[in-house]
Amino acid sequence: MKKTRQPMPEQEAQVRRHNFDEVALGYTPEMAVLEAERCLQCKNPLCVAGCPVGIDIPGFIQKVKLGEFEEAFRIIDAQSSLPAVCGRVCPQESQCEGKCICGVKGEPIAIGRLERFVADTHYAQSTEKIVPPTPNGHKVAVIGSGPAGLTCAGELARRGYEVTVFEALHKAGGVLVYGIPEFRLPKRIVEREIEQLRALGVKIEVNTVIGKTYSVEELMKEMGFEAVFIGTGAGLPRFLEIEGENLKGVYSANEFLTRINLMKAYREDSSTPVLHARRVAVVGGGNVAMDAARSALRLGAEKVYIVYRRSLEELPARREEVEHAVQEGVELMLLNNPVKVLGDDKGFVKALRCVRMELGEPDASGRRAPKEIPDSEFDLECDSVIIAIGTSPNPLMKNTTKGLEVNRRGGIVVAEQTGKTSLEGVYAGGDAVMGAATVILAMGAGKNAAASIDRFLS
Amino acid sequence: MYRILEKEQLNASVFRMVIEAPSVARKAEAGQFIILRTDENGERIPLTVADYDRERGSVTIVFSAVGATTIRLSSMSQGESLQDFVGPLGTPTETEGLSRVCIVSGGVGAAIAYPVAKKLASMGCCVHSVVGFRSRELVVLEKEFEAVSDRFLPCSDDGTWGEKALVTNVLQGLLEAGEKYDRVITIGPLPMMKYVSLVTKRFSVPTVASMNPIMIDGTGMCGGCRLTVGGVTKFACVDGPEFDAHLVDFDEAIARSSTYREFEGHAREQACNLFLGEGNV
Repeated sequence: MKKTRQPMPEQEAQVRRHNFDEVALGYTPEMAVLEAERCLQCKNPLCVAGCPVGIDIPGFIQKVKLGEFEEAFRIIDAQSSLPAVCGRVCPQESQCEGKCICGVKGEPIAIGRLERFVADTHYAQSTEKIVPPTPNGHKVAVIGSGPAGLTCAGELARRGYEVTVFEALHKAGGVLVYGIPEFRLPKRIVEREIEQLRALGVKIEVNTVIGKTYSVEELMKEMGFEAVFIGTGAGLPRFLEIEGENLKGVYSANEFLTRINLMKAYREDSSTPVLHARRVAVVGGGNVAMDAARSALRLGAEKVYIVYRRSLEELPARREEVEHAVQEGVELMLLNNPVKVLGDDKGFVKALRCVRMELGEPDASGRRAPKEIPDSEFDLECDSVIIAIGTSPNPLMKNTTKGLEVNRRGGIVVAEQTGKTSLEGVYAGGDAVMGAATVILAMGAGKNAAASIDRFLS
Repeated sequence: MYRILEKEQLNASVFRMVIEAPSVARKAEAGQFIILRTDENGERIPLTVADYDRERGSVTIVFSAVGATTIRLSSMSQGESLQDFVGPLGTPTETEGLSRVCIVSGGVGAAIAYPVAKKLASMGCCVHSVVGFRSRELVVLEKEFEAVSDRFLPCSDDGTWGEKALVTNVLQGLLEAGEKYDRVITIGPLPMMKYVSLVTKRFSVPTVASMNPIMIDGTGMCGGCRLTVGGVTKFACVDGPEFDAHLVDFDEAIARSSTYREFEGHAREQACNLFLGEGNV
């Protein structure tokens, strides 16, 4: 048995840092079969326990091994409605692959890469027409078209519900469209998933801000929706609250990425501007920080720094993303904390003042708390600063929906088992409940809520 | 799609359009805004609601064709449709309990101030309107504004319309003459609102300014529209667009509004060539 996995073919780092095309190119059928052959087909598969939606992982891998790719797809499709997305953006190393027994003495099976291969192969070859199920006469509204909302909508539509998804922006997909860059998740994949939902009979109303255009109460009392699922995500950007943060050239990662991903500001034919900075400091260490840093490189920046106040060990981004970023030329400036943004006489950013940090005792989160090293301030020359230190749930739903209970951090309070909120017939899931988490957890929550809504209405 | 039901040119560069958008018209109130895109590659721009007709299902916008997108918009004709039109966003103008208000507006801001004046007048509030334009040929909605104002005080930079004065001079004159207001509402260019705010601060008159910063989503997601109000960061899209003018950091807002000036200049030139032919604006 080979201890190492089939490597993923990728665009060369020095080539891809200049384009927005997808970095990972995907397995060939030969590579997929070779990788599938490494699977031990455990009787008691730990990988399945590590999957938030419980895909029969050994089952689909066995089919790949036999070259029965369409069969493999059927197995994944039974549990996951967005396999082409999840195969690309799931943090497999802390989920299925993290549990894989092969990982003890070698590398775990490349489950994510196989999932992606199976989904891509299916979509490239399949000619089947989706037939919408017989309507069951019940109407459900889904608020937000991100991973939680899309999954909930898909699950309900398959059961015959008449589902309408309301999206505030002009394009459906939520964070998959405005947040995750093209080079990690090509938008055609998201569009295809949304087309599938439309084929199932799901209606998608863009340009509709629930809480403004319609209230939840209106949806239920006047528009005939018997249940509502809230999947509005964690869209509110946090800022550092340091001096100079409103200088020109300081972006929230949300704004920077939205300009690039949703509005396509990097393309000549887009009317949306984005500053093409020469030196960029990205503050934060998560996947969003890596996405912003790598996007800045692709816009032509000469230097891009990740400024993070803890060490490499605590860096929350996926290893793969960090490696990709470093290969492309992003510099990690670890154990540094920004204290002030400095501007030039025209009000544009000219530097980020940082202080060096060292790690002390573990704090409440179990991570070693960073402490400032006295008199260690220095100015990092840059003309743009991107703040990627996290987001909170958008308060719009709470502020416009009487009786909707939220917690201290603004997350909607739900019963864990069912996703039910404090309001009858109203369910919620994903980042709107948890705060910023992952695509797959949001999907799990959407799926779970769909099952609860189905029980509630039958 | 959002059809252009009516289009009217108010002066050389200011246009009024009535857009078919029933879901927005249902709830729109004075002081709120919408975000539109003209076409698939267009940028999202916020525009304040200038009027609405719930029965007809329409929303009126008034804009000055000064940037690439507004020039493109101004080139569209009645019957054509906008790609996107979303709203109503932001919070409505607070009008409750007001009995004497002075509305100070300038330029295209006058068109946005008009529905506020109209609403206040309909509530029985005494409305004084100080309206300023650079010059007579730029004047819009003169009759409409006058009709809803108890005192109508026009002024222009060059003296060709009303008094030769800035709106701030006129406002100061009113306050010095002993006029008392519950509130001053100011809508117009940032520097104008800044100086209006400085005047009313001296006379301790509560003042509200309508902010219109650069924006993308309009729902609180990007933070691009942030401004400092009383030392605290606020998002114009969800916390505003109207704020206590005495607390707004106007200098910061003015600086931020010029973030894309270079890009905008270039885009404007292209748009002029594309939609208007050279030398037309």
